[in-house]
This record gives sequence, C-alpha cells and structure tokens, in this order.
Amino acid sequence: MNQQSPAETILAVENISLSFGVMKVLDSISFDIKRGEIRSIIGPNGAGKSSMLNVINGFYHPQEGSITFKGETRKQMAPQVAASQGISRTFQNIALFKGMSTLDNIMTGRNLKMKTNLFWQALHIGPARAEELENREAAEKIIDFLGIQAIRKKPVGKLPYGLQKRVELGRALAAEPELLLLDEPMAGMNSEEKEDMCRFVLDVNSEFGTTIALIEHDMGVVMDLSDRVLVLDYGKQLADGVPEAVRNNQDVIDAYLGVPHEEA
Amino acid sequence: MDQKEQDTNLDTFPKLLASHVKLRPAQDAIREKDLGIWQSWTWAEAAAEIRALACGLASLGLKRGEKLAIIGDNRPRLYWGMTAAQALGAVPVPLYQDSVADEMAYVLDNADVKIALVEDQEQVDKMLEVHDRCPKVEHVIFDDTRGLRHYEQEFLHDFEAVQQAGVEYDRAHPDFYEREVAAGNGADVSIMLYTSGTTGNPKGVVLTNDNVIITARNGIIREGLTSKEEVLAYLPMAWVGDNLFSYAQSYVAGFCVSCPEDATTVASDLREIGPTYYFAPPRVYENMLTQVMIRMEDAAEIKRKLFHYFMEHARKVGVKILNRESVSLKDSLLYQLGNVLVYGPLKDVLGLRRTRLAYTAGEAIGPELFDFYRSLGINIKQLYGQTECMVFICVQPDGEVYADTVGTPAIDVEIKIDDSGEIMYRSPGVFHSYYKNPESTASTKTEDGWVHTGDAGFFDEHNGHLKIIDRAKDVGKLNDGTLFAPKYIENKLKFFAFVKEAVVFGDGRDYSTAFINIDLDAVGNWAERRNLAYSGYIDLAALKEVYQLIKDCVDKVNKDLSEDSRLANSQIRRFLILHKELDADDGELTRTRKVRRSFVGERYDILVEALYSDQTECHIDTQVTFEDGRTGSLAADVQIWDAEVFAENSASQEAAA
Repeated sequence: MNQQSPAETILAVENISLSFGVMKVLDSISFDIKRGEIRSIIGPNGAGKSSMLNVINGFYHPQEGSITFKGETRKQMAPQVAASQGISRTFQNIALFKGMSTLDNIMTGRNLKMKTNLFWQALHIGPARAEELENREAAEKIIDFLGIQAIRKKPVGKLPYGLQKRVELGRALAAEPELLLLDEPMAGMNSEEKEDMCRFVLDVNSEFGTTIALIEHDMGVVMDLSDRVLVLDYGKQLADGVPEAVRNNQDVIDAYLGVPHEEA
Repeated sequence: MDQKEQDTNLDTFPKLLASHVKLRPAQDAIREKDLGIWQSWTWAEAAAEIRALACGLASLGLKRGEKLAIIGDNRPRLYWGMTAAQALGAVPVPLYQDSVADEMAYVLDNADVKIALVEDQEQVDKMLEVHDRCPKVEHVIFDDTRGLRHYEQEFLHDFEAVQQAGVEYDRAHPDFYEREVAAGNGADVSIMLYTSGTTGNPKGVVLTNDNVIITARNGIIREGLTSKEEVLAYLPMAWVGDNLFSYAQSYVAGFCVSCPEDATTVASDLREIGPTYYFAPPRVYENMLTQVMIRMEDAAEIKRKLFHYFMEHARKVGVKILNRESVSLKDSLLYQLGNVLVYGPLKDVLGLRRTRLAYTAGEAIGPELFDFYRSLGINIKQLYGQTECMVFICVQPDGEVYADTVGTPAIDVEIKIDDSGEIMYRSPGVFHSYYKNPESTASTKTEDGWVHTGDAGFFDEHNGHLKIIDRAKDVGKLNDGTLFAPKYIENKLKFFAFVKEAVVFGDGRDYSTAFINIDLDAVGNWAERRNLAYSGYIDLAALKEVYQLIKDCVDKVNKDLSEDSRLANSQIRRFLILHKELDADDGELTRTRKVRRSFVGERYDILVEALYSDQTECHIDTQVTFEDGRTGSLAADVQIWDAEVFAENSASQEAAA
C-alpha cells in the first residue's frame, strides 16, 4: 500500500528482554517500524505479542534493551509519555467506559488535547467552550469516518461486540496518534465485521497517514494488510520481513503447524 | 397558494429553481445532517451550487440529451446533480445504490450514460469494476473523497474540483447557463428511471418534464401542500416515488427536503425533522407499531395501563374525530386528554407529531395497522400507481379512507377497466416511452395514450374507490364467467389472525374452494382457553370446533364478497383445513413466504378433486421434509366442509345497473 522507499523510522526497539520472575516473556527482540507502514506482529498464543505492545506504550518495563521513538532513545517508556508523544492503542479485551455513550467515550480520547482546566470546563464558558466545540467536531469526524452515527448517543455497554471494537478504535483515533497499536482488532468478529475493520485500518493508514502496529491471528488479514510482519514464538524472534517472505519461512511454518520445541 | 400563478412557463426544474430564488431566496431548500449537525442550503445557495455543477458538467462535455447517472444515498449534491443535468438539457438516470456491479453495468450501458455522479468509494469501486464493459462512460464524479486519495484514474473527478472548473467555465461563457436553461421546455425528457421487470432486463422509463411537473402539481393542489412542508428524503433516489415526493414536489411547492445523516439513522433523523408530509411502505409502519408494542410491554405498569386505556379509547373514537364526524362531548374531551398523555408523546417518539399527510402504497395493509395510525390522528392514506404514471393515479380523499381500496382517480386522471378486468389509465403523467424499446412501449401504451397496468381491479359501487385485486395474469374466470381473483380472496382470509395461509382454487372450475392453514399459536391459544385438548398441528386442525371457527371466518369473507356484484359468484363453496403447515422446505412457499399456488394444487390434487366432488372426507398420504433434511410421510383424513353462501347484495346490483 505504501511506498517502501527510505521512510523514516518512527520506532525502533533494540534487544528488548522482559521477564516476570523466572518467566522470560520477551527474549532480546529487535525490530523497527517505519513511518506510514502497517506492521504486524504475529505468533501463537503466549508468544509475547501483547507484551511487546505493552512494552512499547510503557505499560511493561523491560529489564534490558532500549526503545527509540521519534529519535529519542529511552530505557523504557512511561504510558503518559507514550500517549502525549502520539502513541495510542486498543486492547484485546475491550476497555471502554461501558456506561458512557459512544460519543463520550470518543471524547475521552481527546483528553490530552484539552488545555483548559477543570474550573473553566465545569463552567463551560470562554476558552473551555471553544475548545469543547473544536473537540466535539474532531469526535464527530471520527464518528462519520467509522460510520457509527446511529449509535452516537447509545451507552457502549449495550452495543454488540463488533461495534464496541469499532468505538474503541474511534477513541484511539481521537488522540490523533502518530503510531496506533491495535491488539487483535478483529478477534471474535464475523467475516463481514472483519471486512469492515480491515477497510477502516487501511483507511486510517491512507487517509491520516497513521503508522499502525497490528497484532492479529487471522493470517489472511495479516498477509493482506501488512507491509512487514514480525513473527514471535515463545518470546523469541522467529522471522521478520515482507508477508511473502514470512509465509515461506520454514521456522514460521513449523511454529504454526506445531513442531515440538527442543528443550531449552 | 402560489401554485396557480407560477404555472405554465415554469415547465422545467431549472426554471422552477430560478423562480424560488426570486420568491424565497433565504428559505431553506435542502438540508443534510453532517457531523451531527443539520446543515442547510437556502434556495439561493442551492442555485449557486447547481449552477457551478452544471457548468462543470458542461466543461466535461455533457450535452443536451446525454445521460448523467446518479448513484448513492439521498444527498444534496446528488439531487443537485439532477437539476444541473436538467439545466443543460441532459437527462439524469438515478440507479439503485445497492445494486451489484453487474446490474449497474447493464443500466449504464443501456442508458448510454456519459458521466456518472456517485456518492463514495463504494460506488467508485463498482464503477471501476465495470469500467471495461461500459466504454460509453467517460467520467466519474465522486462526492465523498474518503478513501479515494490514492485513486489515480484520470476519469475520476472530485465533486468540488468539477464545481471549481464550472465556476471558471461560467466566467468564460457568461450567459451560457441562462441560455441553456431557457432552451429547455416541458416536452423535454426530465428523467429516466429503470423498473425492475419481473422478467428479463430492467426497462428505462422515459418521463418528460410535463409528466413529472404536472403530476407533482396536481398532487400538491389535491392535498393542499404549501412551501412550509417538511419532508425527509430516505427512500432510494432511483425509485419514482422519491423523485416525486423529495424532488419534484419540493421544486414545485418550494418546501424543504432533509437528507438523513446515514441509512442507519433514519429513525432518529425522522424525530428531529418531524416531517409534515411522509411516505413509507406498509413494512415501515408495521415495524414502528411492533417497536411501540414491544417497548410498551417493557414499560412500567402505570404507563402500560395508561397506554392501553387511551389506545382503546382512540380505537373507539379516533378515526371518527380524524374524519370530522361528530362524537359525544365526553369522548371528545377524553380524546383530548389522551392526546396530552399518550397520543402526542407517542407521535413524538415516532417522529410523526407534525405529520398532516402520510401515504402508503405497494402492498395490502392490514386494517388494524391502518386504524392504529388513524386513531392517533395521523392522516395515513393509500395511493396507487407505478413508475409509468409518475407514481400515482389514485389517492384516497380525506375522510374517505378504507383499508381495502386505493382511492379515487387523481386530478386529470382517467381510469377504465378493460374487458379482461385489467386497470388502464390515461393521465398527464403517462410516460413518454421505454428507452430504446419500442416493442415494450407499444405493448404497454396504446396509441391514444392508455396504459396497461397489469393489475386487475374494479371500482367499488358504494364509494367509487378503485380496488386492486391481483396481478391481471393471476386473475382467472370461473366456468360461468365470474372474475376469479385468488390473491384478493386469500388476503381477505389472511386478515383473520386464525388463518395463517390460504390457497384458493377456482380458475376454470364451477366454484371457488379453499385450503386453509390455521395459525398454530392463535388457534392453539383459542383452543386452550376452551379446554380443547390437542397433541399437535394435525390434531388441532382436525377438531370440529376449529373447523367451526374457520368456517365463521370463511363465511365472513363470503359475506364481504357477496356485497360486490363482480365477485359475488366467487364465494368459497367448500373448504378444508390442511393437515400440515405449508413449508418452504417442501417447496410449497417461496423463501419470502409467498404461496406457490399451482405447485400446491398439483401436490394435493386428490384434495382439490375432493373439494369439487361431494366427498366430506378425504384420505391423503404426504411426503414431508423435516428441518434436518430427512423425509417422512404424513397420513391424515381431512374433512371437507361447506361454507355458507350469501345471495348477491341487491343494493350493489342497483348501483351496477
């Protein structure tokens, strides 16, 4: 989809290792994400995919390695830094405010864009009012983009699963991220919902130029959408490259077909 | 009010547009909900948009007589595309937005479309898919740019870029637009609409400006519509009704049309707009009623009781009040109280509080559904027509609304019933021709302008209303020559809650007979309340009491039929209750649950023959298919009963004479 030409690297991780006690979840992983690409991370259950995203957005702190985001190298990320620097994400298990409406949930994604303090916001006058209008417009554009006008005022807890996933994507988009982390956005969807979601992922990428890191189990989806694919297995980096190369990689085939692992 | 003055010289849509710019420049012409807010364009603003678009289309080479396809949901820009094309003397051809690419390819090619104006990426993708097969399509213009950034085909154009080019073209050719508009007249082709023929390919119905504008104006005069109406445009632009209600009548009367935000938000947009003038097929009214009933079941007890109490009262006097008949003071006051407590808030929720006029058409509507809306004070009426007559030839007058008629002829419409019982009409709305299809034109429209509807019907002797009975090809004759309209009789039977399906026989026979399927829920419930024991459908269907129950229904239908001299002889003489439910798995129903009459007749020919003998019972073995695909056989002795036959009503005979 996007030109593979010498694009700038937006994020690079070097030799990341993460352990919980004796459990080594990530073992010396290195890869980079170029600006504007769709980068997928795949692997069997427990491979460390979600952990990798959690490291990138600062929720987990790796014991070793470094993360370079937009040219700045850190030992570890902090969630608030990640968010304010332009990384937003969705979760494998939807993490929305169930009692709030679709619109309000998306508005919470605009939180970091709001400058006025609570006092002005509560009074809803002056600069706070102008800011609210501006943010509401941004939220409405996302609602339009995702085609969820009909559920604008509905509490998200009452929505079907596929739509909740869409609202969660909307909230992530509301922060106008430079890097969007999607943790299994198509899990539990039927094929029609999956098709819609693929369309949205591609549109986000091409319309807003947003860089996307995607974890997904559906191989068809991954191979169709991705510019490059990273394969993890039991915390180890198995392969990294364009979909075609990964598809034909013997190690990857073995991992997916379940060849027994040698003792560590 | 100003209908009469703005008459004959305003014979095209661009001329009507110019007159509104003079008369009411600052009044809203069209509205669209975008980013959660209703955005409006006044007549003056809309005219400027249309002028820029028309000039832009001209700069792309669209000329008089050429075709502009319009594909998408109801959007102001697509409606403007119609007027812009008409300003150049070109012809808009709206297509159904949900057709697949193959269907579109046929119409695009058949209509000789030169430029297509489409809504969004979805439609652009379809246009690209059929591009090779439609070499006549030179340009595609899209309204919504989303997802189209990386499309590089040279024949794709952004709507705004076309308008921009139009502004420049306009500057370079200062009086071009006025000249083109002035060159148009009432005899020019206004629009081409494709009808989905039941057999073969769709046909392009060519309608002139006179067809459309005079029909629109006659409707406005008959119903007293003004420039203050509010209308929601939510039905497909390719359907003739939308062209009349949301386009032509808006241009003639000068009222504002609102476009919903999205196909999924129509219900809430309807509430926000509160249309005064509304059209919906029966299915929409049915869904609304079902939603209300379900929500009332979940409501708190006091609300539910209030609702049922006042709805009961409305059923008693509401229709009379709507028809301006006199009711007692007490009933009238109680109705007003109900209006404050129940009817008003309910209409508000439905978005029908301000609705002065609601139309429905297309299929038979149950009387109880009709009465529900009318008792609330919503003036819902039926009309009848087709694409070939620019929507309608019959409308029910105020105060004369019946569930089983479609009203009296509209202004300037002549209707006659030919010898075979087929309805024919002649009106200012009669279409010009089928595009590039003189054979079909000749077989549908006679030389002196009468059009065959393909429907059989007759005028009710009591009220002068037209009644539609069936498709003409399904209507047969009894051996004595009496008209036999199976669907008409079946529909009458099916209006009873106890009757689920009915199949009526009689074509080429001496008298009519019927197979009945009882409704297991309704009849089962009725039987339980009477302590009648049964083990299942077969058992229930064979009960004497149930036969008596169904006989009462058949008798009532016969009584109804006897009041009509044409149909009196087709009363049902003998009937039976089928021992099994008709099922699509056995091929007895279509997947859309329509009875396949001839198939059923062949499958149960023993029973049919028994109905035409003097047997009172008949044994039958039937193969059945179970839901899991296994087959088995079902044996039963089916009783055959005689129904009561009524003498033909003498009053109607006099009227007929």
